[in-house]
Amino acid sequence: MRLEAIANPTLARSIGLPVLALVATFVVGGMLAMLAGANPLLTFGLILKGAAGSKFALLETLNRATPLIFTGLAVAVAFRARLWNIGAEAQLYAGALVTILIGTKLALPGVVLIPLMGIGALVAGGLVLLGPVLLKTRLGVDEVVTTLLLNFIMLLVISMLLEGPLKDPMGMGWPKSEAIPRDARLPRLVEGLRLHWGFGIAILSAIVVWVIQTRTTLGYEIRAVGLNAAAARFAGIPVGKVMIKTALLSGGLAALAGFSEVAGLRGTLTLDLSPGFGYTGIVVAMLALLNPLGVVVSAIFVAGIFVGADGMSRAAEVPTYIADILLATALLFMVLAILLTKFRVLRG
Amino acid sequence: MTATPLAQDDPVLRLCNITKRFGALTANDGISFDLARGEVMALLGENGAGKTTLMNILFGHYSADDGSVEVFGQTLPPGQPGAALRAGVGMVHQHFTLADNMTVLDNILLGTESLWKFGLGRGAARARVAALSRDFGLEVDPDAVIAALSVGERQRVEILKALYRDARILILDEPTAVLTPQETDALFDTLRRAVALGLSVIFISHKLHEVMAISTRVLVLRHGRLVGAVATQDTDRHKLAEMMVGAEIIPPAPSKATPGVPLLMLNRVTTAGLRDVSLTLRAGQITGLAGVSGNGQGALADLLSGLAVPRAGTLEIAGDTVTDWTPRRAIAAGIGRIPEDRHKTGTIADFTLTENAILETYADIPNSRYGWMDWRGAEQRAEAIIAQYDIRCPGPGTRIRLLSGGNMQKLILGRVLEESPRVILANQPVRGLDIGAVTYVQNQLLNARDSGAAVLLISEDLDEILTLSDVIHVISEGRLSPAFPRGTMKPADLGQWMAGQGFEYAA
Repeated sequence: MRLEAIANPTLARSIGLPVLALVATFVVGGMLAMLAGANPLLTFGLILKGAAGSKFALLETLNRATPLIFTGLAVAVAFRARLWNIGAEAQLYAGALVTILIGTKLALPGVVLIPLMGIGALVAGGLVLLGPVLLKTRLGVDEVVTTLLLNFIMLLVISMLLEGPLKDPMGMGWPKSEAIPRDARLPRLVEGLRLHWGFGIAILSAIVVWVIQTRTTLGYEIRAVGLNAAAARFAGIPVGKVMIKTALLSGGLAALAGFSEVAGLRGTLTLDLSPGFGYTGIVVAMLALLNPLGVVVSAIFVAGIFVGADGMSRAAEVPTYIADILLATALLFMVLAILLTKFRVLRG
Repeated sequence: MTATPLAQDDPVLRLCNITKRFGALTANDGISFDLARGEVMALLGENGAGKTTLMNILFGHYSADDGSVEVFGQTLPPGQPGAALRAGVGMVHQHFTLADNMTVLDNILLGTESLWKFGLGRGAARARVAALSRDFGLEVDPDAVIAALSVGERQRVEILKALYRDARILILDEPTAVLTPQETDALFDTLRRAVALGLSVIFISHKLHEVMAISTRVLVLRHGRLVGAVATQDTDRHKLAEMMVGAEIIPPAPSKATPGVPLLMLNRVTTAGLRDVSLTLRAGQITGLAGVSGNGQGALADLLSGLAVPRAGTLEIAGDTVTDWTPRRAIAAGIGRIPEDRHKTGTIADFTLTENAILETYADIPNSRYGWMDWRGAEQRAEAIIAQYDIRCPGPGTRIRLLSGGNMQKLILGRVLEESPRVILANQPVRGLDIGAVTYVQNQLLNARDSGAAVLLISEDLDEILTLSDVIHVISEGRLSPAFPRGTMKPADLGQWMAGQGFEYAA
């Protein structure tokens, strides 16, 4: 088998194949549901119902999608420049940590605290990614390794802080921080509905990233560096500086996920703040083909599968693991579909 | 090797009606020819004429949509790489396929050893390689490591590799691109011996004088069709060029240059690939840099492009010594740069024409303002370049990977010349272009010279250097020869310098 490049893929190919990938995902998922002894159509129906079957379910899905939009954007921005940021998880926790520090240690009114926490998180996340990027541009250290390992370092640092200086004295011995004051929480988007302003900020961020990528010189530089760094360098684009700016943007976006979860939802910092939002952000970004507006759609899709699978497993007795399998399968098929839009397979 | 004995005058290779389509493009359109025993057949054609596709079909890398390949009377199964090799066809690629860290003998044996036999039988192999070297005039030390060999020697190893596998038909793809004139003569001597011993050769090239010198028959391909098959003695360079292009070619005829002030000077510069180089580029003059590929041309181009900085010595532009030297500084200093590799460094394949047109000026008005792109301004600039430099494309929104090499080069040329550079670095500006585009690019460089630019022309094609340059330097192992004014040097003299002779004074 060999691959032959397709110069100009047809519209049918570039839209049809990703759609086919989703169909294939559900075929595989359906077979797994059958293996678990359930009716596949019923299973997917229950997932859909659990994700969007009621106002409550839909809001829960959007709540869950919020951190995924941030981490998905972080990954999409970085991958565009071929900066392989696998450390959104660490940047998320850095953002959460700074949010808690500012929110609990500074005695300021909420209207001041909220923007301060957001900006603090943004800066912290950027700085966490800055280290690996400087190591990459200066010494050629592989950022996949450094950003990935920083995830574990950051989690251990948080763990240490939660067992020590940040431990809530009123927390009955649980490793959790003090809560930020009520008036410093992100308000509800619509009064009476359980959806906070974090979701609004996430949508705004997606639009801002889209504008940066398509309308600014920075976006042009990022795309040039990502598509062909040698040509970009030759043309006088400062590749190292572009990488650093990309890192600050990407790390900052991931950290906003931490800010939004703490200030919008939890109020405190615990070690289970993120069930892998940073890693799932990679899936979200890839499914969106790195398009920032697509990230919003794919984050809601991914969150819907997770939330829906929770409801489904209670009713159909199919393990919630099916959500993880569906995502992994979707990612694999999508990567294959992207490859097949660019190449045609020849036999012999 | 063959089941049925062949008559002496049966063709050794026969291509019948080979047709290959890639989508709407017909790369090979009903091509048929015979190759006789003991002949050198030249396959001539511009880039994109279908030479490479045809050879890939012969070797089973592609399967043809129609037609068949016969070697020594037997039809090759389509789409099976290896079938041609086993049938006795050997190919020497433009880019060598040798393992650098192994010896010559190991490279020749690589892939020929039996899986089921212990020991390599190196003694017998060594004797055979020695015999082949002697018979074909391919002198090379069998125990030398490839990395230590010159390009010419590596090519000999490639040919030995094919001969060791009992190749009776040798195909050479642009074999002289990397050779000095002297090495080319040696290669031709080998080919003559090969045909005298009953082998057959297909010589792929677009250098007309070489085709005239070595071949007995010429096939000309154009747009995937066989447009001519002539005996070499019945034709001449001019006729072949016309057949290749389908129109009459008027080569550029430079007028006399009027050299002006020095615009760029290197004073005893040493970098990673340059040794104590001094060079002056004057306004209104083309300075040609001749040399065998990989002797410091890239290092000099990197230096002038801003990608490399001097380790010792100074770079002066219009009398000022530059510091903090980067590509952006080079552009700001008025150096227009045409890079060697238009695919890897000259353009971004997935960017549109517009995006590529502003690659060096995106941060300036009218392409952007205060960090905001002005796509309308950028597109107007691209449209102006497309119109003025006659770039054939569907529009400024086309991704540049869809353009031919010639049109891509025109965009780079336009991007550079629109900035009215004072110094132009043209590194292999016409490599791989068809004759029409070559003439166009060369005339543009001459125009730039006449309007007062200092041009440094780097090329591995001596003809090009001799035609266009007002002053010639030869580069060898990072050292620069003295300047030779136009008309003072013959190709053979330059060949001596290219081979590294004459540089002793500098040591």
